[in-house]
Amino acid sequence: MMKGKTALVTGASRGIGRAIALALAKEGMNLAVVYAGNAAAAQETVQSICALGVEAKAYACDVADYDAVGALCKQVVADLGPIYALVNNAGITRDRLAAQLRQEDFDAVINVNLKGAFHFIRHTYSGFLRQREGRILNITSVVGLSGNAGQANYAASKAGLIGLTKSVAKELAPRGITVNAIAPGFIDTDMTRQMPQAARDALTARIPLGRLGLAQDVADLAAFLCSERASYITGAVLPVDGGLAM
Amino acid sequence: MTFEKVAQIIADYKDIDVSTITPDSTFEELSIDSLDTVELIMAFEDTFGGEIEMDPEPKSVKDIVALIDAQA
Repeated sequence: MMKGKTALVTGASRGIGRAIALALAKEGMNLAVVYAGNAAAAQETVQSICALGVEAKAYACDVADYDAVGALCKQVVADLGPIYALVNNAGITRDRLAAQLRQEDFDAVINVNLKGAFHFIRHTYSGFLRQREGRILNITSVVGLSGNAGQANYAASKAGLIGLTKSVAKELAPRGITVNAIAPGFIDTDMTRQMPQAARDALTARIPLGRLGLAQDVADLAAFLCSERASYITGAVLPVDGGLAM
Repeated sequence: MTFEKVAQIIADYKDIDVSTITPDSTFEELSIDSLDTVELIMAFEDTFGGEIEMDPEPKSVKDIVALIDAQA
C-alpha cells in the first residue's frame, strides 16, 4: 500500500514533477517536494498537495550537489519518515547544436539530469535495502532513445539515465525494490513552451496521436509504477509519447 | 572483541550457528553476496558507529574486523 508512505519527487515545483507529486498525493502518499529555485511555485505545489489531506514539505536543493542531496535525504526521513518512492524528475535543457555546445552547457545538463539522479539513488540506497521494499522512478525522455538535433547534452543525459535505471534495477531486484524509467515525449510544460511555435507545430505533426502530451499523462503512469500493482515491473523504460518513438 | 561482535551479527543475519564462523571464513563460504555485504556494513555501522569505508572490498570476516578496527 502506498497510503501513508513517503514519496520524494525532484523538480516537483512545476510541470511533470508537480503532476507526479499530486498524483502520488491522491493515492494517499506524503510528499517531499524538491525544487531548485522557484520557491513560490514549490509552495503552491505543497498547498495543493496538503489540500488532499496528506503531508507535504518543500525542500530547496541543487541536485547536482552530492553532499547537499545527502543532507536533504536525511532531513526528509526525519520529517516524513522512510522514503518509499523516489522519483528523479529534475531536469534542465541547454539546447545548441553540438558544434556550438559549450563545455559548461554539457556539464550542467549531465550534472542535474544524470548525476542528480545518481546522487539521490546513492543516498537512499541503504534505506531501500533496510526496508526491503520501495520504488525508484527515473524520468528520462524519448530523445534519450532516439536522439535529437540540438540536444546532444540532454539526450546523452537521458540515455545515461536509462543505463542507470537498468543497472540499479538489477542490483535491487533481489530485495523486491523496483526501478523503472518513464520516457515522456513532447509534453506541454514550461520546458517545451520555450520552443518556437513553428517547431512545436512541426513536432505535433509527427506525433501519431496528433497532440502534445499532458503532464497528467505521465503522472498517471508514475502513480501506477509506484503502486503495489506494478510489483512485477522493473528495469522497464516506458514511453508516454503519443506514439512518437515507434 | 570486534571479531565476536562481527561473527554474531553475521550469524544473526544469515541465520547460521555463530560457532561455524572463524576469522578466516570467506564471504563466499558464508554465501554472503555483494548486497548482503552492503547490508552487513550498515549493521556494523549501527553497532560500532561511524562510517565504514568498503575500500579495499572485504572478502572475509577478518577483512571486516580489520576495516572496523581501522575505523576505531
